Amino acid sequence: MRALPVAARLYVGLVALGAATVILLGVLLGPIAEVDLDTLLLLAILFVIAESIATMVDSGKTGISPASAASLAAVVLVGPVGAAVVGIASGLVIRRQDLVKRLFNGAQFVVAGYASGTVFQLFGGRMGVPDPGAFPWIILPFTGAVLTFSLCNTLLMTGLMWSLGELRLRRPRHVRWRPLATLELSSIGYAMLGLFIAAIWDAVGPFAVLLVLLPLFIARWAFDQYVFQQRAHDATLAALCQAVETKDYYTRGHCMRVAKAAAMIAEELGMSAERVQTMRYAGMLHDIGKLGVPTKILQKAGKLTEEEFAAIQLHPMRGYEIVREIDFLDEALVGILHHHERMDGGGYPMGLAGEDIPEAARLVSVADVFDCLTSTRSYRTAWSAEDAIAELRRCAGTQFDPRMVEALVRAVEREGWEVPDLVEPLSEECEARAARTPQNGTGARTGEAPADVVPAGAEPAAQNGAGADVTVGAVEEAAGS
Amino acid sequence: MTNSTSTALPRRTGGAHGRQWRAVGWTRPLLIGAALAAAAGSLLWTAAVSGFEQPRITLAFGVLVAVGEFARITLPGGREVAPVAAASAMSYAFLFTIAGEPVLHSGLQVVAVVAVGMALGELPHIMVGRPPQWGDLARRMLSVAVIALLFKPLVALVDLDGPLWWMALVLMAVIVVVVWAADSVAAAAIRADRLRTRFVVTVRDEMRAQVAIGMAVGASAILMALSVHVMGLTTLLVFIAPLLVTEVAFRRYAQIRRTYLQTVRALSRVTEVGGYVEPGHSRRVSRLAQGIGCALGMSESELLELEYAALMHDIGQLSLRDPIPSGATVLASPREQSSIAELGSAIIRETGVLDGVAELVRRQWEPYTGDGDAGPPPLGSRIIKVANAFDDLVGDSTDRDRVEAVLQRLRMDTGHEYDPMVVEALATVLQRPHPSRRDD
Repeated sequence: MRALPVAARLYVGLVALGAATVILLGVLLGPIAEVDLDTLLLLAILFVIAESIATMVDSGKTGISPASAASLAAVVLVGPVGAAVVGIASGLVIRRQDLVKRLFNGAQFVVAGYASGTVFQLFGGRMGVPDPGAFPWIILPFTGAVLTFSLCNTLLMTGLMWSLGELRLRRPRHVRWRPLATLELSSIGYAMLGLFIAAIWDAVGPFAVLLVLLPLFIARWAFDQYVFQQRAHDATLAALCQAVETKDYYTRGHCMRVAKAAAMIAEELGMSAERVQTMRYAGMLHDIGKLGVPTKILQKAGKLTEEEFAAIQLHPMRGYEIVREIDFLDEALVGILHHHERMDGGGYPMGLAGEDIPEAARLVSVADVFDCLTSTRSYRTAWSAEDAIAELRRCAGTQFDPRMVEALVRAVEREGWEVPDLVEPLSEECEARAARTPQNGTGARTGEAPADVVPAGAEPAAQNGAGADVTVGAVEEAAGS
Repeated sequence: MTNSTSTALPRRTGGAHGRQWRAVGWTRPLLIGAALAAAAGSLLWTAAVSGFEQPRITLAFGVLVAVGEFARITLPGGREVAPVAAASAMSYAFLFTIAGEPVLHSGLQVVAVVAVGMALGELPHIMVGRPPQWGDLARRMLSVAVIALLFKPLVALVDLDGPLWWMALVLMAVIVVVVWAADSVAAAAIRADRLRTRFVVTVRDEMRAQVAIGMAVGASAILMALSVHVMGLTTLLVFIAPLLVTEVAFRRYAQIRRTYLQTVRALSRVTEVGGYVEPGHSRRVSRLAQGIGCALGMSESELLELEYAALMHDIGQLSLRDPIPSGATVLASPREQSSIAELGSAIIRETGVLDGVAELVRRQWEPYTGDGDAGPPPLGSRIIKVANAFDDLVGDSTDRDRVEAVLQRLRMDTGHEYDPMVVEALATVLQRPHPSRRDD
């Protein structure tokens, strides 16, 4: 593990100290004699098992853990001090984890357990197996305990993240509330199970553990499956997009980079996580319709005839047709269809202008051109990100939405942009590919014309904007003269 | 050679019409009939003869069943489940006391309440034109009926406060498992009829698909009954949160599986849009391949792999600089075929998760006797080879003579090129109306 920052060490130390104090004071002063030791031990074991199967959801950083159910059961059955003692068990969990993390986790559950136990009793909950008369009103103190538990954990985790420097304080607008809320709700759901365990503890004893754990294991399994399928889906989507680009060496990786840029812009604009993902898909799939354009037109040198130009103009429509049936793309569909529209209305396929162009399309358009400029084409070398940004700024308002351009600029300034390094086209892989493919006999096409671009000089004035980086030629000309 | 037959009047095969009538086999109508009879009978008896005991409890469970039914989900494979409804219905059947107060309702009342709850939960779905899978609904209904009628008389023999209280627990567990198994077998029978595949295969598929959710539902049902026994009705409010988490997990899982399939289906069309293959080729090959796979008794997971492989079998052509004439790989030389397969498989392998699919695609061109030392290609590859050849030669024509001629040609090549077993399965699949497909 990397060396921890001093702030984080200090923070973990403080939390651990707090936990130790809580336990010491509790054991010395509290009514520990009333606690049933068998129950305590069983709960601790339940806790270790549950925590060992802690679920990792989506990001992999925030885990939903069924262990909170055990902690909350302890709150009811063995009181605040008991819950704190059970919390220590999380330091013994079976998984690969270093000492500092174990220490922090243990301390975190001790503090949260003690706090929620105190709240439970403050609201009138009594320690021990609840008798039938206690229902339904026991739900009130229990809910208080669950909320306290959740709040404590969140606060302690946030503190840790902050001291690690992994968490920047953002304006509330920029925080992604939805996944957070989902996560919190799910862990509250798990925590509610604690009352179950406590209630039937007397009736079925250890069987309660089995009955309660089974649905938890299954929920975890289903989440795992979901996460796996989600990754598989994204990988498949990416692989298929890249496959479409294999025709032209110079555009390889274009779709993935545009996807990345689109996501960066979307994040910078403060879109929700779901919309960011949608924009990523839009970026990834924006040129998939290029496949419908004959290779010889895409790679033609020099001036295009009107028919050829019309063929190129069809590609957003073609792309739209291909992916139309994919439900989850949603807003990305219009992004794909309109990514060659211009703010002044001179684009295609529909000649929309200004705000009439869907937001997704304005976003993808900027991401698309940015990547075109910063990557190598057969007829020119890549631009630096600074030059590309200057060019985007110059065309903001006429071709691009200034808001998107500025968002991209901010995102690139903050996160940087890796200019793709292009291996020489005649690499082994390429040669092998050419040799294996009879129709592909020409191999790498270094000397051939630009793939997706009409050089500005050769472009009919009325038909500006065939390829994404149509403005490049103009700048190059200006620079050359 | 096949063009010689195309002068005959085009006649439509049974395919287009066959999609209309769905249910083949007797299991499904039988189950639906039984469920209807059980619902009607129990309702009549409860309303007219015994009356509804303990209206508060009845109402609570009825509402829960309705809500759970409303929140039903469709798992991969078109399996409709309603975990919350099932768990509440079962626990209603399992109730022995409510915080010490004895329960008075009969097994028939349980069936009646569940039937009404399910009907109410389905009503909004039906009104917006999303009717349930009637077979699945009938199974959900009947499982509860069986549990209610079995458990009620048996639990009377157990003294819950005596030393043998755990017998009740065992009894519930055994009943849950038995009913789950019977339910899976019934589902498998419906599925075998629908897909026209082997019963044994569908039983295995069904059990595998239902085991996780079945366990979650069963455990929750027992847990709920016990909790109500200890705490009273409030437990119903508490329990719903955790089971909903499970349901949300399954819902998301089912959703991503659907999305995955949709994505592959849509993107497999890039070869068509690019002019590499005839429009609709990938989908027709995939459908045919699945039909053949079912007829040959492939399992559900194998069928899914086969479907992906069939959809993407021509994706290697994307690496070609220009389309081969009319995209018909069957007319290409073995060297070309092998290179297309190789390229396609390389693309699919890029995903890192579809290695099985990549392997099927890689070996799709090999003759069924095998190529070199590797032995015969996997069944999936042999199926794709036949389905692809058939579709390349027939296209979307439905002219029966042409179909016959192509079949004849494939049969002539079964000595070395095409697997005779697969070609015969193709002939069977072509003869009957299309199996109705659920969107999965």
